[in-house]
Amino acid sequence: MISYILRRTLAAVILLLVVTAVTFAIFFLLPRLAGQTADQLAQQYIGKSPTQADIEAVKQNLGLDQPVYVQYWDFIKGIVSGATYDLGPTTAHCSAPCFGYSFKTHVEVWPQLTDRLPVTVSLAAGAAVLWLVGGVTAGVISALKPRSFADRTFMGIALAGVSLPMFFTGQLALFLFTFQWPIFGREYVPFTENPSQWANTLFPAWCSLALLYSAIYARLTRSGMLETMNEDFIRSARAKGLRERKVVVRHGLRAALTPIITVFGMDLGLLLGGAVITETVFSLHGIGEYAVQSIRDNDLPPILGVTLLAAFFVVLANFLVDLLYAAADPRVRIS
Amino acid sequence: MTELSKTGAAVGEPVKGPSDGSTAFLDVRDLKVHFPTDDGLVKSVDGLSFSLEKGKTLCIVGESGSGKSVTSLAVMGLHRLGARGKNVRMSGEIWLGGKELISAEPDEVRRLRGREMAMIFQDPLSAMHPYYTIGSQIVEAYRVHHDVNKKTARKRAIEMLDRVGIPEPGKRVDNYPHEFSGGMRQRAMIAMALVNNPELLIADEPTTALDVTVQAQILDLIRDLQKEFGSAVVLITHDLGVVAEIADDVLVMYGGRCVERGSVDDVFERPQHPYTWGLLGSMPRIDRETSERLIPVKGQPPSLINVPSGCAFHPRCPYADIPKGDVTRTVRPELQPVGSGHFSACHLSAEDRTRIWTEEIAPKL
Repeated sequence: MISYILRRTLAAVILLLVVTAVTFAIFFLLPRLAGQTADQLAQQYIGKSPTQADIEAVKQNLGLDQPVYVQYWDFIKGIVSGATYDLGPTTAHCSAPCFGYSFKTHVEVWPQLTDRLPVTVSLAAGAAVLWLVGGVTAGVISALKPRSFADRTFMGIALAGVSLPMFFTGQLALFLFTFQWPIFGREYVPFTENPSQWANTLFPAWCSLALLYSAIYARLTRSGMLETMNEDFIRSARAKGLRERKVVVRHGLRAALTPIITVFGMDLGLLLGGAVITETVFSLHGIGEYAVQSIRDNDLPPILGVTLLAAFFVVLANFLVDLLYAAADPRVRIS
Repeated sequence: MTELSKTGAAVGEPVKGPSDGSTAFLDVRDLKVHFPTDDGLVKSVDGLSFSLEKGKTLCIVGESGSGKSVTSLAVMGLHRLGARGKNVRMSGEIWLGGKELISAEPDEVRRLRGREMAMIFQDPLSAMHPYYTIGSQIVEAYRVHHDVNKKTARKRAIEMLDRVGIPEPGKRVDNYPHEFSGGMRQRAMIAMALVNNPELLIADEPTTALDVTVQAQILDLIRDLQKEFGSAVVLITHDLGVVAEIADDVLVMYGGRCVERGSVDDVFERPQHPYTWGLLGSMPRIDRETSERLIPVKGQPPSLINVPSGCAFHPRCPYADIPKGDVTRTVRPELQPVGSGHFSACHLSAEDRTRIWTEEIAPKL
């Protein structure tokens, strides 16, 4: 077990290095391969009509005068042991894990990430609870009475849910419940400050996001349950004289839910890396919004930071899913 | 105070039964199980009657699709459950210990299921839940019908595992089904079925998925347990070797109906239906010195949607032309007594049957 965790951790570290290398290459190596010089790269981070001295200074500050592999090495070194930056008149030290300074705003990246992470986690976690409960319930009811009115209603909603884009459902929810009938708050409040206010503000965002996902989970659960309820062990459970409710929940759902764990873990991992559109629609200052803003600014360090964080969550989710799966299905053994 | 049996009838009192006063423990009357499908009405069982006393074993034989399993699931009341339950059409009577099951409330039948009547299935691996231990599945079966705590039920589970011959039952009780071998799984399945001392045990091809040496062990086990508990056993099989070994009575099904019924001696020594002859002819016999090929029953099993008119077996029957006129093609033969407790549904005259059996069939077996 310990060796398994060690091996998985090592693999995760290697994967994350690859992810940073690829991201680095896209933003630093590609422009150079396309013929841009270090001067041109530096220019976009300075105001209009810069002098040659300005360019040289920026080049040096941002490390653009170095070959790409040296820049990459400095970046990795910063994460592990921190780094000191020469900001012209002063120097600034950023301690490990140092993801560097924004080229544009000269703000350290890591504190930005940790500031924004609670917002994204709040959004993802709340929505996940809603979509898991809603989707699975709808799926089970649909599966138990296929082609019934309830089944058709749920599957109709599910179809609408996957088809409608977030910038439609989100805007609609926002318009109706925050502006037209202001039931919900507009300004994000941290959970630690006021939990009810926190939930109140996030609720429309949760619902919109949950609608999108629960649609998928309803369909997954429905097909899983339809398959499971035809299994021989369900017949055995009924032959014991168990009540149908117990047959469905203890025997049917238990078996049908296990594959859903996998999908759920991956979805949650992806969401923690930033729900770009949802955060934008609901003006939540989370990881996703940070990513969009940084990409627009061609601001490399934040982009790298966000990418690395997102990749980290996906890797972590994957790992947890494997552990959970082994716990849920006794036939699966970790080795 | 009168002791009550599980069905609620006072012990010693004659059990209530069908109006004609039959007192058999299991009495199935004109059972019909039909499934409407897009292609038409599938008549899986179409007018089947049989009865069984406690302590006796009835084997139902027939080819795939003859309605054997559908009959057993009907007795257990399992057709009406689940999403497809609404579609099935059942009629007739199933009397179990003086109680009629087809007209009974679903919850009443549920309470009998597992306690009064239990079932073991063909493939013990898929018939057990992969995520629960053997022990917890047996405990569950026990606790449905007995108001005891988990500890007591677990003791009972270990006791049952021991009884069916699982070594180290105290340890194996915490194993998962996939950690058992095929034969052990079937033993565990039997332990689960018998945990409530049911008076009727239905075994649907319990040895088909097992290898031959294990088959014999499982059959022995079923026989021993039957003696010990005095339960009635319905064993469904297409293996006539199994039938010869274990049955008291045999019921031969074809196309959802009974074509021959009688004691095991009657059916094996004096079979009275061409289909039974066909089955016997297609069975390998180790006690006969012969290098001859087995004789298959020619043709395909009948469609259960468009069942052949007249005798359902007539398209495959080599003797269909012997009775005069087109009676085999137009009139459905009813079960007729052909001996004491021996019935056959065939248009052939008694003389013809005896002649064909003694002159043509028996010598070749």
